Amino acid sequence: MSDMDMEDDGSGIVKKFMFLNRKAPHGTVYALEGLEVVLITAAFDQDVSLVFTDDGVYQLMKGIDTKGVEVKDFSKTYRALEGYDIEKLYVDRSSMDARGLTEDDLIVDVTVLSDDEMKNLMAEQDVVISF
Amino acid sequence: MQFGILINEGPYNHQASDSAYLFARTAIEKGHKIPRVFFYHDGVNNSTRMAEPPQDDRNVTARWSKLAEDHGIDLVVCVAAALRRGIKDELLAPGFRISGLGQLVEMGIQYDRLVTFGD
Repeated sequence: MSDMDMEDDGSGIVKKFMFLNRKAPHGTVYALEGLEVVLITAAFDQDVSLVFTDDGVYQLMKGIDTKGVEVKDFSKTYRALEGYDIEKLYVDRSSMDARGLTEDDLIVDVTVLSDDEMKNLMAEQDVVISF
Repeated sequence: MQFGILINEGPYNHQASDSAYLFARTAIEKGHKIPRVFFYHDGVNNSTRMAEPPQDDRNVTARWSKLAEDHGIDLVVCVAAALRRGIKDELLAPGFRISGLGQLVEMGIQYDRLVTFGD
């Protein structure tokens, strides 16, 4: 995390940043590298929300074991987000339902939102970055 | 209006960089400002001057360099993503520089819009 020492931009502006995690944790690098941006944004003292939707809900699944595919298991980072003051985690109910997942299958506490609630939350944001 | 651009895909394999270029060029023609473009994920592969596409194809990297020179655009390549993929200072095309993710967050804070190109 060599970027972490950069801190804020000195402007004192706080914007609402939403990170939309749409992809499975492994198979592509988006989830891993996306998480880096989330942590840096928190270091800039911005108002950060994380949304897990589509295959992105798999990022929070319990019991991920990456040994067989020989890639880094970064799922523990989601449990450490609180330490970065990132506490707004949202999951899309229809994405969980479509994959047979419930909140009990997830490694962190999340707020489950309906499609309408998700739409409203998105509309409130200043910046939406999708990974 | 000030637009920040985020490019998350490499050249040729994906249209993201082409679409971003066309968006940037058009926005500038319409009187908007593009102060910075940030290259992340495989998007860092847009920055290498080692690319030599066939003569009858567009040169994605060269046209970013040209647009940056003509309009003072800051082309920033993420250091962590670049190192992972073998992109280093000595390989960069004109107008590109390597820096941290803070440069991306700054675009979100300071500009009117941040537009993402990629999957």
